[in-house]
Amino acid sequence: MKIVVKLFATLRQGRFKVQSGIYPEAAKVQDIVEGLAISPTDLGIIFVNGKSADLNRVLHEGDTISIFPPVGGG
Amino acid sequence: MDKMDVLLRQKAPSGLIGWKEEEEMALALGLSLHETEGRLLAQGVLPRRYQRNAKSITREEQCRLFQSRVAVIGCGGLGGYLLEELARLGIGSISAWDYDNFAEHNLNRQLLAEIDSIGQSKVETAAKRVQAINPAVKFQAFNRPFAAGEGEDLLAGHQVVVDALDSIPVRKMLAAVCQRMSLPLVHGAIAGWCGQLCTQFPGEDSLEIIYRNSSQEQGAESKQGVLAFAPAVVASLQAAEVVKILLGRGELLRKRLLFFNLLDMEFEVLDL
Repeated sequence: MKIVVKLFATLRQGRFKVQSGIYPEAAKVQDIVEGLAISPTDLGIIFVNGKSADLNRVLHEGDTISIFPPVGGG
Repeated sequence: MDKMDVLLRQKAPSGLIGWKEEEEMALALGLSLHETEGRLLAQGVLPRRYQRNAKSITREEQCRLFQSRVAVIGCGGLGGYLLEELARLGIGSISAWDYDNFAEHNLNRQLLAEIDSIGQSKVETAAKRVQAINPAVKFQAFNRPFAAGEGEDLLAGHQVVVDALDSIPVRKMLAAVCQRMSLPLVHGAIAGWCGQLCTQFPGEDSLEIIYRNSSQEQGAESKQGVLAFAPAVVASLQAAEVVKILLGRGELLRKRLLFFNLLDMEFEVLDL
């Protein structure tokens, strides 16, 4: 199935801004994060089709996943 | 006619009062500057310092801001700009927490960090700054970390809490405290060229959602640092949320996250 992946801010470094990819049916958010080699400490909030989602969210054909770095400074 | 009315006729015939007259009035009435300004605003007299607020905020609203208590947790990058703006806006009572002292590496972005404040307490420096801007503000400085039990007691009586922390676990703790106390929390955070903002009301779990993948102390800022404009932008947005909460006016950023990346000039507002 086709999934659009959008990366934000520092997660773009060495990767991409937006990319379409073909993933196996029933792929989860976690599979995409691992496939991009995003370490747990570099992972912030994730949105699927503009709504927040957790790592266990099962993806569907045509979904857009947006991945942000954690922001914690003050 | 009481003494206050007589003085008002002399010193504020136009409904506006200057700072010198306000000080004279406080002295004549034997009141603190905070009490004097509270009485003036309650009688519809506007201190001149708020004259440029007046087209956007009514006199009644200016009075409501002055009667409000706001807590700012952290006096670093976000906290410095927040305290500056809240004091200038005329929030009457402000409490601030920070256990840290200024260091040279704060000079790139923290408004209160100056050559002469290196090594000085952040919250005590903030107290001096607020006093210098608006001596009518009642400022309470807590020179210690924000801790759940004590913090809960000290937050009682505040209307809004502002997150200007630099630790993800402490933010989660603060969000839980605000939930227990039914207090609105205005969250802000910064890293590198980026920043984010969200307002959490009682019963909402926005901060849990924002940081559910983050078990570490810090975010991207541990590698990216923070640039000067990031705290200025986020703190200003937070100050606007505070004013809207206090006045019950406008559209708040509830159950949504604003994320911006100034390097690519992108602003995203996403549903939580």
